[in-house]
Parts: sequence; structure tokens; C-alpha cells
Amino acid sequence: MYLHSKLENKNNILQKVRNFDYILFLCILLLGLISLATMYSTDGGELLFHTKSHFLKFIIFTFLMILISFLNIRYWFTIGYLGYLIVVIMLVWTINFGITASGSQRWIDLYFINIQPSELMKICIILCLAKFFHRKRLENVNSFYSVIISLIIIFLPMSLVIIQPDLGTSLLISISGIIVLWFAGLNHKYFFYSFLITVISLPFIISFLKPYQKLRVLTFLNPDRDPLGAGYQIIQSKIAVGSGGLFGKGFLKGTQSYLEFLPEKHTDFIFTLFSEEFGFFGSVFLLLIYTIIIYRIIRTGVISRSYFAKIFCYSFGASMFVYIVINMSMVLGLLPIVGSPLPIMSYGGSSMLATMIGFGIVMSAKIHSEQSIA
Amino acid sequence: MIDQSDNVIKLSSINRRMFILATAKIIILGCIVSRLFFLQVRENKKYLTLSDKNRIREWKLPPVRGDFKDYFGNVIAGNFEAYQLHLIPEQVDDFRYTMNRIKNILELSDKQFQKLLKKKNKIKPWETLIVADNLSWKNFSKINNNLYDLNGVKPIISISRNYPYKENFTHILGYVSQANENDILSSEIIKEKFVQGLKVGKIGLEKTFEEDLIGSNSIERYEVNAYGRRISQLAFQQGDQGKTVKLTVDTEVQKLTNELLVDKAGSICAMDIFTGHVIAMHSSPSFDPNAFVFGISQDDWQLIRNNPMKPLVNKSISGNYSPGSTIKPIVALSALENEIVSTNFTVHCKGHDHPFELYGQTYHCWKKEGHGYMNMREAMKQSCDTYFYEVARRLGVDKLSETAKKFGLGEKVFGKLFNNEKNGLIPSTYWKKNALGRNWLLGETIITGIGQGYIQTTPIQLCLMTAQIANGGHKIYPELILRDKEDIKKDKFSSLVKNSKNIRFIQDAMFSSTNEIRGTSFKSRIDDPKYQFAGKTGTAQVKRITEKDRELDLKTVEIPYEERDHALYVAFGPYQNPRYAISILIEHGGSGGTVAAPLAKKLFKKIIDRHELRKNFQNKKYLDI
Repeated sequence: MYLHSKLENKNNILQKVRNFDYILFLCILLLGLISLATMYSTDGGELLFHTKSHFLKFIIFTFLMILISFLNIRYWFTIGYLGYLIVVIMLVWTINFGITASGSQRWIDLYFINIQPSELMKICIILCLAKFFHRKRLENVNSFYSVIISLIIIFLPMSLVIIQPDLGTSLLISISGIIVLWFAGLNHKYFFYSFLITVISLPFIISFLKPYQKLRVLTFLNPDRDPLGAGYQIIQSKIAVGSGGLFGKGFLKGTQSYLEFLPEKHTDFIFTLFSEEFGFFGSVFLLLIYTIIIYRIIRTGVISRSYFAKIFCYSFGASMFVYIVINMSMVLGLLPIVGSPLPIMSYGGSSMLATMIGFGIVMSAKIHSEQSIA
Repeated sequence: MIDQSDNVIKLSSINRRMFILATAKIIILGCIVSRLFFLQVRENKKYLTLSDKNRIREWKLPPVRGDFKDYFGNVIAGNFEAYQLHLIPEQVDDFRYTMNRIKNILELSDKQFQKLLKKKNKIKPWETLIVADNLSWKNFSKINNNLYDLNGVKPIISISRNYPYKENFTHILGYVSQANENDILSSEIIKEKFVQGLKVGKIGLEKTFEEDLIGSNSIERYEVNAYGRRISQLAFQQGDQGKTVKLTVDTEVQKLTNELLVDKAGSICAMDIFTGHVIAMHSSPSFDPNAFVFGISQDDWQLIRNNPMKPLVNKSISGNYSPGSTIKPIVALSALENEIVSTNFTVHCKGHDHPFELYGQTYHCWKKEGHGYMNMREAMKQSCDTYFYEVARRLGVDKLSETAKKFGLGEKVFGKLFNNEKNGLIPSTYWKKNALGRNWLLGETIITGIGQGYIQTTPIQLCLMTAQIANGGHKIYPELILRDKEDIKKDKFSSLVKNSKNIRFIQDAMFSSTNEIRGTSFKSRIDDPKYQFAGKTGTAQVKRITEKDRELDLKTVEIPYEERDHALYVAFGPYQNPRYAISILIEHGGSGGTVAAPLAKKLFKKIIDRHELRKNFQNKKYLDI
């Protein structure tokens, strides 16, 4: 065994390059290209700040992703708790010294870059919980001790993000965590009961929501309630998507965005703009790319030898799926408006960084699929 | 090995769960795709419309108003190009500087300047600020010369209402002015076509024919962004000018009536006795309707409003006056028709010493010395009141009112054409019981016989009455609007009298009044048979004449203006072959014979001179077709 691994180490680099997930990489590049084109369109067909910045970030993070993919997956197992702790500290820091923008304190100033720790938490929570369950025996998973610990791991960052306030991201973090619990083999009944409890306590939760959040829920239920106020975003978004038709209005010809009817078109509503300009076929194509990416992630999980890599890949793939679905459902009027970016497509460095790190770890898992973690 | 087996269980668990979740993912993905399909394919049309509604906005431009033309096709209310100065604050680099430059060039007062600044603050920076809406050519060219210095300032030529004959047609046409809230609320059409700066008719025919005249808006279609800023023009749709309304009026005659009534308060109406065409209808004093187009200044408005001669009242149709002696032809006719008296019936008028007496009440003739023995023709000619007191007493008010109503008194001449036309009032016993709740007194019949008391008529009614006497007692419908296809009413030209001898007698009596010595308007006669006309004077008392007044016997000029008699005159001509009827009223003018009748002389000359032209024009029109 030892000899074998020694032999393996000799043609290490060559082996690694051969094992590199080129399909996933190509899909990510394609997605990046689409996102740049869309960003170019949100800037009104000019090379302005958003496009340039997005381009720069994409290039840097792609290199970062390649770098990560060649690091051994064991390394990520090792820093699983540490990374979680660092980001929790950053979240605490954010609460005290964060930068406030549009009513919430989400960013911390790292002098050369503003970073949003809550976005990084999306990936760190998966790493942390994956590590936590890696060693657990299946019968111990459902033990009181491990359930409580894992819930604390989930609730700590969630509550830190919720007080920023940023309901959307905290929900996404907790969903990522719950997904890991699911894959770790937590009993079905827990999910069933907690779902039941959530539904029953929904009225109470709503009463704890801030007025603007309540308004969003009401608006979701009936967007025509206040078409120029709270319902404006979702109505305009639906108009943009709906008016796209089969083939779309054409690149740089999306009137809804070009004439500034679309809100938040760089970030949460970027899919709306894409959908308006490229229509049903374009949207389905984009979904297809996302599907391939998620498929590749899950496939990496399937071929991975280590439980850690498996649980990470499955959870990360599922989380990606949830992010995409929540974002799209939101802009298509299937869910209330919660701030959730579309991975890679939306403008935002931290979100892209987290996603790219995730991709990097998945690629690393692919390259080191034979690697077992003790 | 335990670890190993545990690992196997763990792996099978995670893989099983992965498949469960993967199935769920596929289902959810299906939902998203079907939602996309629903929005983008099924509901595409709906959202495309909504998107266009978002981005396309239409700007209506004021429609071009239709013209008014007189009988001969002259434009009496048209459009002219108004020079305006527009400014878009956003496009101006230095607003203060530019405004000050404009202020200096146009020599604006500080008050106007402040008003403009206030107006600017009310609008969005990309909306148009109208700096001036009707610039003189001089100022307009000055602005154009300085354009290099005035960024964002736009000299605009806009189309606006113009009344070339100024005060001549004011009371017929009315005027247009900025549409206000009431106009918009009261008319669907105005509401539909409303744009900032739209002028609508406020009164007169401009108001009546609003729907025909208004025309349709030109439409500019722009692509706008979410904040309403225009991005690009997509289309321009040219609107249609409003319809032209042709009038029966002859501008030359109308102008003459204006000249005749200058500095007087009163009205002149002239009518074709067969077609019913009103060829002139003027109320004096008048005012220039052009002043209202861009909004009249407060000072000018007060000047018009507070003028004691009441320029705002259209006296021809909304002035109720006692007809005075001009009612006598109707009284005489009624008496003859009802066979109360014959033409030979004689009354002795003994003057003020022995006035007509009834139940202790005395009724005086206007002539102090009395007229002596009067038959009907003489009484008409010299307008003997005593004679008509007696005739009226025998006739009774109900029979009189019946005849008067037949001849068009007591009801609106133009029907619904004007909303300010008055009915006048022809009293009867029934009316008094109904309206005042008291019984009719015989004394009231007596004074009704000379056109005093309750009886009230408008000048246009008197004109119609005279026209119907002149045409031999046939019913006509006065027309002010020249229609391409005249709708002939069933009872047009139906006879209003039982015996045509009677009407011929009345015509002859009116002839004598103007053309025979001792006739009340003898001085105003024209001997040339081409122009010769027959008429009846009237002097309507405004207040009751007391014994003291009678003793004083003051001249007209010595009486306060408000208490002076109204002078009236009705006539038709040429006598040999009557064609036109006129009525003249001078408010507080004094006696009808001395003030009103002389105007008829000039008027008939003009009207009859132009008759040939009018006839030929009409024939030519038919030839053209």
C-alpha cells in the first residue's frame, strides 16, 4: 500500500493534471463568460465598473480555484474547523466593525478588499460539518450529543448573520448545514418533525419579522397589492422574463433592464436580465450549464473514496442547487424576495469567492479521489 | 473491520440519500423550467404588452382647432403661428445665467421672472418649461439671434387660435382659453384630448361646437426609461385639424353693425326672412377675444367685467328687454286675426289731460298733446299708445300671447345652439297664476298692449318676429350655422295667420310708419325703392314714469344713464320685395325713432347692396357642385 502511494507520488503532477475535471472547468469558464456578457449588458453595453470588476474577480478566483484543486483534499479536512472558526470570528467582527450599506452591516474592510463573511460561511459550514460527521459512526449520528453540536454549528453563524440583518444569507447558510445533516444520515423523522414545527410556528416567525420582511411576504402572496412600491420589483421582474419569449429580445436589447425598470439587475435579479435578452432557450441553456456543473460535483462525490469528500461534494452540489433554485424562484415570482445571489452570475466578490473555493475543493476531491482520509 | 462495515453502511446511506435528493432536484428543476415556459411562452404576449406599456409612452400634442368661416368662406376664427420659447432645465448648463439673459432680452418684469422660477421648481428637470407662450416677432428674432448663448433654450412655433376680426364676432363665436378642470370634467372629448396648453371654447359657438372643432391630437411616441425620461422617438402620428364650421353671417354687414354700435350699448340683428339665415348679429360693446387665448391679464379682465355697458352679455340673445311699441304690430295683428276690431276701428287720443282710464288708473299716451282720432293704420304709424290700450283691453292678454308665441316670442330662437340664450317672457293669465300665484289684472293687459309690464323679448326674437311678418306670416327657423344639407322642417313656411289680408295690412302700416309723414321713423326713410324699408320704432321704459317726471319732461341726456329708455327699431326691406328683417336695440339710448331707426338706414343700404353678391355666391356654389 505504502509503496503504491509512493509510486503514485512520483508521477504526481502528471496524474493530477490527467485527473483534473475538464468538463466542470469548461462549464465554469462558460458560466463566467455568460456572466461577463450579462454584466456587460447591465452596464448598458459599455465596459464600465461592474463588468471590469467582475472580470477581474473572475480571473483571480479562477486561478485560485485551479490552485485549490491541486491541493490535497486532506488539507481541507484539516482546516475544516479552523476555517469555520475564523469566519465566525469575522462575523463577530462584522457585527462590531462592519461596513454598513443599504441598511445592513455585512462587510468587513480588509484594506484591499471588502469581504462579506456570511458568504464565506456558506462554504465553511459545509466543510466544518463534513469534518464533524466524517468520523461519526452512523449510529452515533443520531445521538443527542452530535445532533446538539451540529445544531450549534448551524445556529451560531446563522444568528450572527441574522442580526446584520441578512435573512436571505442566514437562511442559505442554515439550509447548507441542514443538507449536510441529511447526507450524514440524520434520521428522517427529525426532518419531518422540524418541518412540521416550522409550518406550525410560521405565524409566530412572521410576527417576529421586520416590517419590510413582512411586506415582502405579503407582496409575494399578492404582488398587485402595491405595484409601484413593494410589489414593483417582482412585477417588473416577471414582465422582463415574460416579455423575453422563446428567443429573447437579443443581447443588449432588454428594454426592461436597459431602461432601468429592473431593480438590482447586477446582483439578485441578473437572471431576469439574462432571461429577457436570451429568452426561454437561453434560460434553459443556462439551467443546463448549472445542471452539468452540479452533476459533475455529485459525480465527483460518487467516485471519491473518502467519506469527507463524498459528504462535501454532495452537500456542496445540493447547496448550489438550492441557491440557484431560490434565486430563480424568487425572480420568477415563486418565492418571496430574499436576498440571494445566483452563483457566479451575480455581481459580488465574496459570493464568487465562496463558490470558487467550493468548486476548487470539488476539483481537488476529483483529482484526489483515491485519497482516503483516516 | 468494524470501521470498515460501518463505513459501508455509511456509504450506502449517503448514496441512498443522494439519490433521493437527486430525484427531488430533478422535480424542482422541472418546476423551474415549466415556470419559465409559462412566463416566457404561454404568457409571453401579456408580458410583452406590459413591457411595451412600461417603455413606450405617448405624448399628445394640442390638436389644431377647426376654423369658423362666414357665408363667403372668409375665415373669422382661424389659427396662427404663435412664437413660443421653451426651455428644458436639464439641458441648460447654468440655469440662473440663462434665465437672466432671457429676462434681459425679453425685458421681463421681476414678477414674471419670479413666476417662471416657481414654475421651474414644480416640474421635473427634463420636462419643458414654457418661458413665453406668445412672443412678438421682434422678441422672437432677438432670442434667435442670441441662441448661441442660450443652451437648452428652444424657440418654438406653435399653432394657436386667432380671431382676425377681433371684437366683431365675439358674441357669436365666444372665445377659447386654457382648458380648466371644469372643462375636462364636463366633456369626455376634452378629457380624452387634453394636453397641457389645450385651448377649449369657453362660451358661444366655440363651446357649442367644441366636439367638431377640437380636432385630433398629434401623437409622439417615445421610448422612456423607468424615471420617465425620453430616450428615443419611435413614431409620430399627425393629428387632424378640427372640422370647419360655416356660418350664415356676412362679415361686411357684421363689421358695419359693430361700427354703428360703437360707444353704444345695444344689439343689431339681421336675418333673411325666407331662409332664416342670420346675416349679422352683434352685441355692443364687445371685446377682443384674442386676449383670452393666452389668458387675459387681471387688469384687462376687471376692465371688461366692470364696464357698466356689460360687454360680457350677449345682448342679442341673452338680453331681456320690454319690446315697447315694437310689439304693436303683433297686438294689431292679433286683434285682426281674432276679429276683435276691424282696421277701421277708431279711438280718440286726447293727450295727457284726458288719459285712458280703467278702474281709476290712468294710462298715458307718449304724446302730450294727443293724437286725436286714430284708426289702426294711423295708430301704428304714429305709435299711438291710447289706441293700443283700447285694442289690448278688448283683445285680452291670452289671445295676444297666443299670437306673440306663434311669431317666435317667448322661446329660444336658436334652441340649444347657445347655452346663454334667454327665453324672454310672453305673459298670460295662466302664466301669472302659475309663476306668481296671483290673478291677472286687466291693467296689466293694457300695458302689455304697448310692450311694457311683464312682457320681455330678446332682440333676436324681435328680428324673427319682424321677419315672419315680412314674409307674409310664414314660419321660418333662424339659422346661424350654414349646413351643407339643410334639414327642412315640416312646418317651415307654414302659415301663421288665418287671413293673409291682415298681415298685408300690418306690413302696410309699418311702411307708413317709416315712409309717410308723421310716421315715427319718417326721418330715417330711404325713398329709393331698391332700399326702401318698413319698420316700427319702440321706446321701452326702464322705470315707471311718475307724475313728476311727466311734468319735468326731461330730455334723454338729462336723465341718469341707467334710467334712460331703451331705443328699439324693427324693420324689413326692401318694401317692394322684402328679403331682410332687422332689429336694433340701443340700451338706454332714448327714443327709438331718433336713436335706433337712423342706424337702419345705413344697415339696409349695406345689406341690400350685398344681397346680389350673396345670391350669386350661393348660385355659384351650386354650379360648382
